Amino acid sequence: MSTAPVETERPESGLEEDVVVRLDKPWVTLVWNDPVNLMSYVTWVFQQYFGYSKEKATELMLDVHHKGRAVVSNGSREEMERDVEAMHGYGLWATLQHDT
Amino acid sequence: MSPRQKFRKRSDGTIEARFDEVEQQLLRAVLTDVLELLADGEDDTTPEDPLAAALGIGVSTTPPKDPALRRLLPDAYVDDEQAAGEFRRYTERGLRERKRDAARVALASLDAADGSRHLDERQALAWLGALNDVRLALGTRLGVSEDWDERASALAEDDPLAYAFAVYDHLTWLQEMLVQAMGDPAAGGGGVRGGRN
Repeated sequence: MSTAPVETERPESGLEEDVVVRLDKPWVTLVWNDPVNLMSYVTWVFQQYFGYSKEKATELMLDVHHKGRAVVSNGSREEMERDVEAMHGYGLWATLQHDT
Repeated sequence: MSPRQKFRKRSDGTIEARFDEVEQQLLRAVLTDVLELLADGEDDTTPEDPLAAALGIGVSTTPPKDPALRRLLPDAYVDDEQAAGEFRRYTERGLRERKRDAARVALASLDAADGSRHLDERQALAWLGALNDVRLALGTRLGVSEDWDERASALAEDDPLAYAFAVYDHLTWLQEMLVQAMGDPAAGGGGVRGGRN
């Protein structure tokens, strides 16, 4: 069982990483519909975490509700992993994927 | 504040929470349950390396077997098992700990002596998250779907499931009240995440 330090798991810093990051873009964070989360709560989370307006947050929430999922943010893979981790903290069902 | 009003925003920005005796017992029980659930299988996720432990890096790369716990700690990638495992290794321990902190903060505020409590922002956020986690766990156990209330109302009154659904319904109502009492988060400024793009 190995628990390698973080550094060895990450791409090397410097120019190479910049290229990797640029090629990695764009990634998206998806939030999926589930029958437990309240519509009001999901809207509140989108406002609270992303700083979206009530209108935008409500629109995204309705997309999740009616279409089963919605893209709530986009950016680098690292940024999307942070957003997904935060969504899981709020109890929303979120995943990230490469935008295709 | 009417007896039916459980949460109310005060002029100083705190949230006044008022629970009756039965609610206090119920909330204490479900919050304790979720704390136990979040500790489930944790021994398997604790690395032997103390530095990794301190950084919140675990060893678990597979989702929990218990569906309720899995709902609290879901996969971050849909069709990339390896990436999901790697993500889990770096985040699951921290996520468990943050969720447990929220449940602990909520439990601690329940132990206040009088019937009403003034929750500061940190406590109110903890309550919101903890109530949601409790509902996610219970909802998963009950197999809640969009039309769960039809299923619940078809049950006999003395069916233990009917009681569980009533608890779920009450917790849902409490959470809805708390969201309403907290009001809209301040728009702009990038939110908790901070501005990007």
